[in-house]
Formats: sequence, structure tokens, C-alpha cells
Amino acid sequence: MGRLSGPLADPSGDAGYADRPERVGFFTDTSVCIGCKACEVACKEWNALPAEDDVLTGMSYDNTGQLGASTYRHVAFVERTVDLGMPGLAGDGGDATEVRWLMSSDVCKHCTHAACLDVCPTGSLIRTEHGTVLVQEDICNGCGYCIPACPYGVIDQRPGDGRAFKCTMCQDRLGVGLQPACATACPTESIRFGPLDELRAEADERLAALHDRGVDDARLYGHDAGDGVGGAGAFFLLLDEPEVYGLPPDPVVTTRDLPSMWRHAAAAALAVAGAVAAAFVGRTSR
Amino acid sequence: MSPKRERLMVPEAEFSSYYGRPILKAPVWKVPDVPAYLYLGGLAGVSASLAALADATGRPELRRTGRVAAAAGATASVGFLVHDLGRPERFLHMLRVLKPTSPLSVGSWILAPFGALAGAAAASEVTGIAAGPGRLAGAAAGLLGPALTTYTAVLIADTAVPGWHEAHRELPFVFAGSAMAAGGGVGLLARDGGPARRVAVAGAALELAASAVVERRDRLSARAYRTGRAGAALRVARAATAAGGLAAAAGALTRGRSRALLDGAAALLLNAGSVATRYGVFEAGMATARDPAYTVVPQRARLNARDEGQPATRTGPTSASRSSARSRTES
Ligand code: SF4
Repeated sequence: MGRLSGPLADPSGDAGYADRPERVGFFTDTSVCIGCKACEVACKEWNALPAEDDVLTGMSYDNTGQLGASTYRHVAFVERTVDLGMPGLAGDGGDATEVRWLMSSDVCKHCTHAACLDVCPTGSLIRTEHGTVLVQEDICNGCGYCIPACPYGVIDQRPGDGRAFKCTMCQDRLGVGLQPACATACPTESIRFGPLDELRAEADERLAALHDRGVDDARLYGHDAGDGVGGAGAFFLLLDEPEVYGLPPDPVVTTRDLPSMWRHAAAAALAVAGAVAAAFVGRTSR
Repeated sequence: MSPKRERLMVPEAEFSSYYGRPILKAPVWKVPDVPAYLYLGGLAGVSASLAALADATGRPELRRTGRVAAAAGATASVGFLVHDLGRPERFLHMLRVLKPTSPLSVGSWILAPFGALAGAAAASEVTGIAAGPGRLAGAAAGLLGPALTTYTAVLIADTAVPGWHEAHRELPFVFAGSAMAAGGGVGLLARDGGPARRVAVAGAALELAASAVVERRDRLSARAYRTGRAGAALRVARAATAAGGLAAAAGALTRGRSRALLDGAAALLLNAGSVATRYGVFEAGMATARDPAYTVVPQRARLNARDEGQPATRTGPTSASRSSARSRTES
């Protein structure tokens, strides 16, 4: 066990891999996402994920709804009516407004400090040699602890199966030198896959370019190794606040506070021991 | 442009979210499995400690009551835990590794030996066979008992669920008090259970005090402990625990039949209170997992404070969304 929070340069090394490839990850640049859902489809196909209940959510073009045990990529759609500030432009008296789309393909963050992995009691969740976080389904006993541990609400239990599932970053493809299915399918390169260090540098450049072009809302999410999860292995360029896309604004790995939790539990246990022992001291009524 | 502000659940709530969807996945843990697992672990732990000391101080009835309650509680606790698994046939995978970062792993390694030792002590008690080894097993279970009462607080606090995580300093004391009230309450049923009375009364007091602290803390998630199903359960818990504690204390002042009646009532009330407390804490956490306000509002306030170098309390949305959380959970 390594450290529980804070920057950590080499998670797979920390997990004990002597010989290991570079840490890889995703950089999802939502400014070029066109909402085609090719990533969702590619992921479902490659991983042979079962369908989930069909529901019409009423949430713009998003009937997927959320990440889940059978949905490892989820494209969020936010429709926004924007006033162009040019009333009556066409001379027809109509509102000169336009829909501005926010679209973003969400995925497991493959956290540097992954709460799901930390709390898993069976060792089913592991850090891979690539620095990603993986569920070994032959070990998982469906205790469900990882589910409320994830600060992003990513991992979930598959109904009827009982085990927990989430994005594997296509571990089977990585093993033979391929890219994950979603990144391979993305037609606009909104989803980029590669060594995390290179992706971070690319993201810094992209952000600077967007800011130069006056896109002030552009911001990176999950790229900072100093954040609450020690930096995400899958990070994003967003055009609005994270919570608008359903992402927590300032997630923290819960195990950061585990030492404090055990200290308080130990103090409380000692109080129990002391109280019970004291109850036997001296004369009692019978 | 300004961030999207959605009006969610109630008019005063102002924070951004994705169509009001929860950020977190709520635990898949079921009722009654998990609240029962929490309650029974506490009952068993304190009962084992009482039995061990009763054995050492020559109180055969309290020893017997404690040993039986410890074994029954631990067995049922394990049963509920296994039943709650998505793959119950794989429950032994819990003991595949010992992981210090996983409270459920550590807890399983406390619960498994405890169950075996408490079971052995109770078997020896009931059959009268192997009193010596039974005594040793009972003593060992008694030593593990206090750990059994509080690790479950760490188990639920070590999640992203705001109602549990933010209460991680107080919950071990709530659970300790709840366990002492329950175990002490059962010990009252023994005619030589004088020490159990003290444990029961002290436990009730601790349970009431620590719960009150959790409910009153100045943080958004404290609302979840006062409202909705959790609030109702915790009000029942408070009434039952207070009445049970008083009955237990009053029992010391009486004799004969009225004492037996008071003690029986105290045992019942204290255990009902303990069950209601566990259920209330469980539901409070669930409510904070389902409502994105509990995740977004404090995190946004923290971020804003960090960005502005100002204390978190000066941000607007916090107070606005407090009422959101309240109104929503009452629906
Ligand atoms: S995003 Fe959630 S599921 Fe993915 S590694 Fe982090 S904690 Fe685990």
C-alpha cells in the first residue's frame, strides 16, 4: 500500500510492478465533441455489454443517462439557448437566438488514488501495469463497497449478475498494442488516448489555444496531480463548470481521511472497553 | 458566460447539475441487511466483553446471557452480510486478502475470528463441555468485542457519501453508544447483570449525545439526519433510547417483580433504539447520495473559497441549498 492521497508520479510502480509500460490515459476534449455517440457504441460492441432498460429521459439527446455497470462511456448533452445579442438580425422580428451545445463523453477517471480500489475487500479491483484501475470479475463477490466509494458515481452493480463493472480502458486491447475502442472510434479526436504525460502537455497547449481565441470558458478538469484524487487518468477539457456535466466540482478520494477514521474508531472502541471494564469495578446493586 | 443555474427540487435551491441527476451512485446495500448487520455487530461485541468479565468476576447468568447473545448476534450479522452480497457463494473471497485500506476487509478479519470464538464460548456454555477452552475463547472474543462495535462506522464513513463521510469523526461514538445500549440492555435480563445496567445507561447516554452532535453539526449533510425517513427513524431512536435508559436506571432503585418488569422494558426499548439509530444513520447517508445538492454545494463552496482565498461560509449557494436538501428529503 502506498500513500492514500496527494501527487503520485507512478501508480503502477507504487502498486509493485517492477517492469511496467508508461501510464496511459484519456484526454477528452469536449470542445470538439459532436455528440455522435460513436464512443458509446464502440464500447458496447467491443466489451459485449448488455443493453440497459430503454427509457426516454427527456434530457436532450441523452437517453443513456449516466455511466453504469453496462455503460462505460456516456455522452452528456446540454442544450443551451444563447442570445446572440443581435435582435431582428434577419429583419423578420424573430429572436436571434441559437442553440449552443455542450457535449461531453464521460468515462471512469482511472484515479491516481482510486477509492473503489482502496475499499475493495477482495482484491478484485486492481491497479494494472498501465496505471489504470480494473475489476477482476472472477474475484468480485458483489459486496458493493466500491459503488458509494467512487466520488464520481462511475462504478455500479449489474442487476442479475451481482458483480461490479466499469470501464477497463480496454485492457485486452492495450495488451496487444491497440487503443481503447472509444478513442479508436471517435471521429473528431475528442477522445485522445496515450501516455498521460503527453496528454497533459497536449491539453495545456489546447487550453492556451482556446483562451487565445477568446473561449474563456474552457478549463481542464482532472489534469492536476495535486487535486483530491491525485489527478485523474482520464481528464477533460470542459466548456462550463464540471457540475453542469454531472461531474463533482472538487472530488476527494475518501481514503484520504481513513487514518483519521481509524483513530476515531479506536478511541471509541477504547471507550467501550473502558466503560465495560469500569462497570465491573466496585459494588453493584446485585 | 455565467454557469447554468438550475432550479431544482425547491425554488430556493441554486446550484448547477446535470438535469438534477445524482453525482454519486447510491449504495446498493439493502434494508434490512445492512442496518441489521450494523446493529447485530454492536450487540455481539458488547455482549462478548460483558460475558468475559462476568466470567472473571463470577456472574454465571450474565456470562451465559452474554455468550449466547454474542454468538447469536455474530452469526446473524454474518448471515445478513452474506445475504447482501451480489455473489453470496463467493463470501469467502472476503478473506482472500487482508487490506488495511478496506474497512470491510479489516472488519471481516475482525468478525470472522470473533464469530468463531464467540460461537465456541457459547457452545461450551450451552453444552457444559470443555469449560476451560470455552473460557479462553470467551476471553478472546471479549477482547475483540470493542473493535467489532466501531469498525462498522469506519466502513460506512469511508465512502463518498456526504452524510457518512462528513460524520466520520462522530459516527464511531454513535455506534459505540448504540452497541453498549443494546448489549447492556440484553445483559439486564440476567439476574446478576448489575454491571450490564451501568453499561446500558452509559451507552444510552453516549448514543443520545453523539447522535445529537451529528444532527447539529454545521454542515449541509447534517440536515439529512433531521429530515425525511432518517429524521423520523432517529426521532424514534431518541425516544426509545431515552426511555430505555431511564427504565434501566430506575430498575436499580426497585426490587423483585417491578425490577424485572423495568429491566425487560429497558432491554426492549434500548435494542429498539439501537436498531432505529442504525437504520436512521443508514437512511441519512442514502438521502445524501441521492440528492446532488449534498455533493455539489459543499464542493463548490470549497472551490470558490480556495479560488478567492476566502472562508467557505461567505458563498451564497450554501445557505440557499440547505433548504433544498431539507425540503427534498421531506417529500
Ligand atoms: S472514477 Fe470511480 S470507478 Fe473510476 S477509478 Fe476513480 S474511484 Fe474508481
